[in-house]
Amino acid sequence: MNHLILAPVILPALIAPLIVLAMRFDVTLQRVFSTAATAALVIISAVLLWQSSTGAVQVYELGNWPAPFGIVLVLDRLSALMVAITNLLALGVVLYVIGSNWDTRGWHFHALFQFQLMGINGAFLTGDAFNLFVFFEVLLIASYGLMIHAGGAVRLRAGVQYVVFNLAGSTLFLFALGTLYGMTGTLNMADLAVRIAELPEGDQALLRVGGMLLLIVFAVKAALVPIHFWLPNTYANAPAPVAALFAIMTKVGAYSILRMYTMVFPPDTAATGTLFGDWLMPAAVATTIVGMVGVLGAATLSRMIAFSVIGSVGTLLIAIALFTPQGTIAALYYMVHSTFAAAALFLVADLVQDRRGKWGGDLTAAPPIVGNGLIAALFFTAAIGMVGMPPLSGFLGKLLVLDAARDHGQMALIWTTIIVTSLIAIVGMARAGSVLFWKAHAVTAEGGGATLAAGGDEVPQNALALTATFGILSTMVLLSALALPITGFLEDTAAQLHDPQDYIRAVLHAVQDAPADALGDAGVDAPAEGRAD
Amino acid sequence: MEALVAISIGTLTASAIYLILRQRTFAVVLGMTLVSYAVNVFLFASGRLAVNLPPVLLEPAPYTDPLPQALVLTAIVIAFGMTAVVVMLALGAFLESGTDKIDMKDDDNAEAKR
Repeated sequence: MNHLILAPVILPALIAPLIVLAMRFDVTLQRVFSTAATAALVIISAVLLWQSSTGAVQVYELGNWPAPFGIVLVLDRLSALMVAITNLLALGVVLYVIGSNWDTRGWHFHALFQFQLMGINGAFLTGDAFNLFVFFEVLLIASYGLMIHAGGAVRLRAGVQYVVFNLAGSTLFLFALGTLYGMTGTLNMADLAVRIAELPEGDQALLRVGGMLLLIVFAVKAALVPIHFWLPNTYANAPAPVAALFAIMTKVGAYSILRMYTMVFPPDTAATGTLFGDWLMPAAVATTIVGMVGVLGAATLSRMIAFSVIGSVGTLLIAIALFTPQGTIAALYYMVHSTFAAAALFLVADLVQDRRGKWGGDLTAAPPIVGNGLIAALFFTAAIGMVGMPPLSGFLGKLLVLDAARDHGQMALIWTTIIVTSLIAIVGMARAGSVLFWKAHAVTAEGGGATLAAGGDEVPQNALALTATFGILSTMVLLSALALPITGFLEDTAAQLHDPQDYIRAVLHAVQDAPADALGDAGVDAPAEGRAD
Repeated sequence: MEALVAISIGTLTASAIYLILRQRTFAVVLGMTLVSYAVNVFLFASGRLAVNLPPVLLEPAPYTDPLPQALVLTAIVIAFGMTAVVVMLALGAFLESGTDKIDMKDDDNAEAKR
């Protein structure tokens, strides 16, 4: 067994308590450990990505219990890719946090941050549906703490909404898992796939209920309309670097949809057919519209970005809802892109808010900020990426989505939605940018004042923060410059996803290789029946 | 017995949904607690209802499915922790802002980040 698969989960799980217990009052030491751990995670996930690119599905059996009896972690191309972008994003965010001193505005930032990484990495690696629930809870409970980091009445109230919404989602997850377990007698994803394919006709209605419940749960995480209401308040009121890290959280939902509904409920399942795609597609289209119109309507910078996150999730789920290899390639490319685009926007928003003093993130004209030109350039680069204009990766991502939707029955609707909402988003972002950065000069001319921070306010020291923002932005440039090799990898990933036999065989090898009667002797009620393919 | 369990899960869930949809945090926390009880019983039932059987693999059967019991145990621990978090958070929000309403008005959002 390859023990490195466990490292993205176990390393933050060890570092986080260490930070709480041993270096509680020493911010410098916390920063060193947190950055070192995150950098190590980036290296580990790069190695894992390289290992997964051979196409072999590697299985880590916890406690050496063979699946489906024990819990497994599974490394395939998709999970390696997701872990890699999580940790790369996390490194950027942690550097930004250190550069902008966000971690000194409250307690335990770095410990919660590491726990959050543990949960996200675990959710991407696990091959067991109940374990997925547990990792969801780990990442959520850490995110509750991060969301209300640095406190404040409004943030706490937004935090209550966020927690309650997600607790309700978690409970629904348990109902869905209970239904699936009652039907199939297993929660291992690979085993679920095998058993659902051979489920008797009479149980199919309940199976559909379970599948739909699960889809709703993942849709809550991904902030799909009409269950997206938690997102704008949460992202707009969370500390900006935390919101940047949360850019990966909606992708956890999207990843789970991709994983479960290509492997466990593929479109050729007799019991469910195209049921999930049929529901997902209209919701995704509505999400794109709501999100991008929200960009135009938002009154503060962070709310505008939060709505653009909703819009990008909509576009992403349109691609996923196609459930074709072509759609999956587009979805994966757009998923990587939109994670970094949203994170970069949130970080730029924080740079702006830090410098605008009492104007904060309001989209109203105020005197120009220190470094107006540089930050304006960063904002416009991130915004160009987000709305999907060339030359950044958002353009290629949306192009891939449009191309993948060409053969779909509702191609006209999908194309119109994506193109028109992109235009709306361009208008919204351009308006926000011109108010923030250009009208500022008009205000100075009228009032005769100098730039904002010249009034004796401390000028935030943040070369590191700017570097981190720039680093996250540059991933979008890389994504579009290296589009060919990246889509090549994503093609292999999509092929692996849409032909899950390798995955299933790798996970269930113990059961499939053993003679059926040997297991029967052990008193297990015949889990191997009909699985000798 | 199936009917009894089903009715109690249904009643618990229905009351919980009513409470969760209330405006004040206290009712919502109670609702979250109720729905977590409901889901615990539901998970138990997913392993089929059996009376007076050990959750140990025996040869020959009968035994009751041990897995849901482990799942319920995990779910109870998580729900307990989550309830503690939501209580602390609701209390903090109440003490900081002087109101226990769940809703946020638009001007609250404009105040954010100051």
